[in-house]
Amino acid sequence: MTQTPSKPALDTAHTAYQTPSVRFEDISKSFGSTAAINNISLDIHQGEFFSLLGPSGCGKTTLLRMLAGFEAPDRGRILIDGEDMTRVPPYERPINMMFQSYALFPHMSVADNIAFGLKQAPMTRSLRNARVSEMMELVQISPLARRKPHQLSGGQRQRVALARALARHPRILLLDEPLGALDKKLREKTQFELVNIQERLGTTFIVVTHDQEEAMTMSSRIALMREGRIEQLDAPRRLYEFPASRYAASFIGSINLFEAQVLQQTGNELTLACDATGTELHAHCSEKMLPGMTLTLAVRPEKVRLLQPNEQSPNQLRGRIKDIAYLGGVSIYHAELPSGKRVQFTQSNVQALAEQPLNWEQDVVLGWQPDSCTVLTE
Amino acid sequence: MSRPATHQPRLTGRRLIIGLPWLWLGLFFALPFLFVLKLSLSESVLAQPPYLDLLREFTDGVLVLAINLGNYQLLLDDSLYLKALLSSLQIATISTLLTLLLGYPMAYAIARAPRHWRLPLMMLIILPFWTSFLIRVYAWIGILKNNGLINQLLTGLGVIDSPLEMLHTPVAVYIGIVYSYLPFMVLPLYATLIRLDLTLLEAAADLGCRPWKQFLRITLPLSLPGVLAGAMLVFIPVMGEFVIPDLLGGPDTLMLGKLMWTEFFSNKDWPLASALAAVLLVVLIIPFMLLRHYEQRNLESSP
Repeated sequence: MTQTPSKPALDTAHTAYQTPSVRFEDISKSFGSTAAINNISLDIHQGEFFSLLGPSGCGKTTLLRMLAGFEAPDRGRILIDGEDMTRVPPYERPINMMFQSYALFPHMSVADNIAFGLKQAPMTRSLRNARVSEMMELVQISPLARRKPHQLSGGQRQRVALARALARHPRILLLDEPLGALDKKLREKTQFELVNIQERLGTTFIVVTHDQEEAMTMSSRIALMREGRIEQLDAPRRLYEFPASRYAASFIGSINLFEAQVLQQTGNELTLACDATGTELHAHCSEKMLPGMTLTLAVRPEKVRLLQPNEQSPNQLRGRIKDIAYLGGVSIYHAELPSGKRVQFTQSNVQALAEQPLNWEQDVVLGWQPDSCTVLTE
Repeated sequence: MSRPATHQPRLTGRRLIIGLPWLWLGLFFALPFLFVLKLSLSESVLAQPPYLDLLREFTDGVLVLAINLGNYQLLLDDSLYLKALLSSLQIATISTLLTLLLGYPMAYAIARAPRHWRLPLMMLIILPFWTSFLIRVYAWIGILKNNGLINQLLTGLGVIDSPLEMLHTPVAVYIGIVYSYLPFMVLPLYATLIRLDLTLLEAAADLGCRPWKQFLRITLPLSLPGVLAGAMLVFIPVMGEFVIPDLLGGPDTLMLGKLMWTEFFSNKDWPLASALAAVLLVVLIIPFMLLRHYEQRNLESSP
């Protein structure tokens, strides 16, 4: 996560008094005997760039399709700007969606695709044409107006789909894996463009994605989903730095997890015993923990430091380098502890010509600060 | 660029595969048609065979050919033939429209039916083919005639006093044709409708399009190739249809196929019948060319 243009999380104390743009109320939905959505309640506010993140089958797409009106929940209500939309058909909802497959109409030109939604409401031809041109400029596809979808590249199709979904000026735009079909370079570029467009228009964007990096880069808030429930709902930064569970910790980014028993807690300073490290570990935790409890200590690889020979750290481990992955900007190292447990840590490659600082089978001492790790009970 | 030697045998194989249909067409279409064309240019006589050969004599290196355009002249002069052509066109057009009106909802319903229902439903469409075409048309005589099933049922129920005149009327011809050719309409329509990406309809609904408009704007235009294929499969054979108008139609049912039969077997005028056949072929090639043109355009503008 080196670049994050993500917007600061909305001040919840401020927005709590406003009617949420979208409200899911105790939504449940099953297909046959499998529960796709399990009692989800969720508020999304006007102007948010909201992501539903999770592995395939976690129910994120079902939630999005229910909001668009393609699926009806078995239980619960869906409110849009305070209005109950649970049983309103898709063509009457103030929502537009960008489909994962883009679903461009193959028999219509780019301009006709974008004009399609506008033609469903009374509007003068000149106004409609102006809106179509405006949309094509917004996503920079004006020269392609007369082309048919199959004459476009994947990236161009994605832009047409976005323009078509935005043409009706929806209050809420749903995006189902919007960047899934693009190659890596284009995906990174488009991420920033999507954020810029969203900021310019002020539309509420709700994105479904399985790509954590995509969600982190673009979103103001992320709902991490697991098996039809919301595992954690937070701003990207909090989700990364303070995961609420082992699942959240390992879904987003890489992380080192240590099973440990509580020895004692003084104030918010927690001392733990860990079998895998064979040492005492120290962490900060404001919650009250009882001695003997088994917890998980989570440390991000970039928080683990390589200690100099004369350096001391409250959390100190000895290990031997077993794997090195050079990624350009950083290198990822795997160190094996005497117990066999592997610890991941990263080092920035600051100097181009510097000798590789670490080598295979080299003994190292690693450490991290007590406030750099998270205590997980789930 | 040189081709690797290993491609050589595959190339001949490909030529063979492309060549086979051409050989088939040549043997069973082009060659017989040349015979018919030759026959249509000869003169009818009371003899066995009932025509004079084009090649009259070959003496002193002089080849004498007699090309008789009289048959075509007669087709133009006698309004009977033009009437038969127009009547055939009318019957074929109306039948095609009727099969389309009936077949489209059927194909649509089958394509949208739950997966496990589709095969049994398609079987119901195809199953009648397992019985001889002639027997099925004869069965309609039993249903439509004055003391047939329908009239017996209606008089039995007291709806009518005297039997309805149905057999040997244009209505009977339309019933027979629509019944016989419906599967040829349903099958290509089903094939295009089942391929339709339903996400497109969701996208249309999402953009504010109501269900009936979704059909008009998305489903219908995208199923046009199927409509066209079905229309050709019905229109072309109905133009030359002989059995149905002969068995179910009356003496005033005028169709080229029936007329050809009469000229050939009753009047023993083989050359005139051949001229009719040649004209019919030319008339039918026009819509076929249109279809080819449309398909070509479609190929160029679709993935």
